[in-house]
Amino acid sequence: MIVGERKPFEEIQSLLRGYKKILLAGCGTCVKVCFAGGDKEVAVLASQLGIANNKAGVKARIDQVTIERQCENEFIDEAARALNGHDCIMSMACGAGVQMLAARFPHLPVLPAVNTTFLGLLDKQGMFLENCQGCGDCVLGRFGGVCPVTRCSKSLFNGPCGGSASGVCEIDPSVPCGWQEIYDRLKALGRLDTLEQTEPPKNWASARHGGPRKLIREDNIL
Amino acid sequence: MTTNSNLQRVLESGGFAVTAECGPPRSADPDIVIKKGLLLKKHVDAVNVTDNQTAIVRMGSLAASALLKSIGLDPVWQLVCRDRNRIAIQSDILGAAALGINNMLCLSGDHQSFGNQPHAKNVFDLDSMQLLGAARDLRDSGRFIYDSFEIPPAARPGLFIGAAANPFADPFEFRAIRLAKKIANGAQFIQTQCIFNLPKFTKWMKAVRDRGLADKVYILGGVTPIKSAGMALYMKDKVAGMDVPDEVIKRIKGAPKDKQREEGVKLCVETIQKLRKIKGVAGVHIMAIEWEEAVPEIVEAAGLR
Ligand code: SF4
Ligand code: SF4
Repeated sequence: MIVGERKPFEEIQSLLRGYKKILLAGCGTCVKVCFAGGDKEVAVLASQLGIANNKAGVKARIDQVTIERQCENEFIDEAARALNGHDCIMSMACGAGVQMLAARFPHLPVLPAVNTTFLGLLDKQGMFLENCQGCGDCVLGRFGGVCPVTRCSKSLFNGPCGGSASGVCEIDPSVPCGWQEIYDRLKALGRLDTLEQTEPPKNWASARHGGPRKLIREDNIL
Repeated sequence: MTTNSNLQRVLESGGFAVTAECGPPRSADPDIVIKKGLLLKKHVDAVNVTDNQTAIVRMGSLAASALLKSIGLDPVWQLVCRDRNRIAIQSDILGAAALGINNMLCLSGDHQSFGNQPHAKNVFDLDSMQLLGAARDLRDSGRFIYDSFEIPPAARPGLFIGAAANPFADPFEFRAIRLAKKIANGAQFIQTQCIFNLPKFTKWMKAVRDRGLADKVYILGGVTPIKSAGMALYMKDKVAGMDVPDEVIKRIKGAPKDKQREEGVKLCVETIQKLRKIKGVAGVHIMAIEWEEAVPEIVEAAGLR
């Protein structure tokens, strides 16, 4: 899923400075699961803003809506129905959701309340890990199901660098070395031989480096 | 392929090679490089020029290599994958050869989080293995990566190509395999991480010989004179990929403060003498970090000149 984290309150306040009728728009998909921008987080932010505004003597109306999926146009109708003279929308979705709202409501400022951080998974309660950078050409099949692009700090393809020690990466002892994980997985699978092959330079054009990407599914076009 | 490299000449003629490291300054002052070069000149076969080591911005390694070349040294130009994509890498390889540089050392590079630009975007378009292959292909077949254009034979970059190996990193069992891969991708000489843990290095060398690799590549054992107990502790705890056993720290600590440098040099000389006896070690690489003055003394005391 897409993992995000709500921005610090001070940053949110400074983004909202001057607006009087604010619609907080949450999303019920990924950011809800990672506790960054679902209905609960929308309610928390609304009350935080209300308290701060009261204290400061600022008069602003804060309304709430949480859309099933902010990155899909059909769900945005819900947001459209909730709009009622608002002078800005603060989206609590991932960056895709924010941009969807911005495209749909070109005359309204749409502001982000969440820092979209990565594609990952819930490792254990309260800890999410990055697993995929959407490189567009998945190589997990050759690396024991551990992504070298993402799980290695240097995105190395031909084995661990000289900084790998006791299972952790040279950049920080709290970061596992992705290559130790690849090695252990392939060893358990009896496929260490694959590591003797040289991986040639990767084609990064399918990743972000080829410019903004677009996916066309002819079979889905109506 | 034979190049104009002095290092290659020494190694191929069976000599025990001696190289030393020269870190470029954190400034645009060429005199610092020249001064370090002159200090090392008569004592080594080649000088290694580091490429923004530990990700701290310094004078470019290619520029510093060219300065050293101009005073008659044989520089080993280091190139890391952290800061350049394949366009810049291949272009710099051509440029280096055009400037008369004869040796290059292909490295992944320390992660930028260590240095003075932790907010930088890193590159790692290629890894060190792919960098080796790219350098070899440019030299031997005149081919750029995934390109059919061919450089005419006389205009190809004639470099003696090296790589690094860290016998002390994990997973240990993979280290000899990784060396084999580097050789398969064109590494002709290898410079190892600083050796303080001789038993582990010896074990690694055995794995290397068992795979028949010692006959395919020249291995230069990396050594570093320790300046003080503080430096030993710092290397143990803070420098990526270093293995400094407690006995080493104890030995340096055991010497009085004003004698610790002397003890560090002594330990370094002893290590070199032990390395010379290990089958398959073709030379040493002395990394006297910001202490180039120690190199002549070490070389002489170890009986290398
Ligand atoms: S190889 Fe690419 S697509 Fe597959 S997990 Fe890694 S980044 Fe994602
Ligand atoms: S220590 Fe491991 S994860 Fe970190 S950069 Fe090196 S190989 Fe990659």
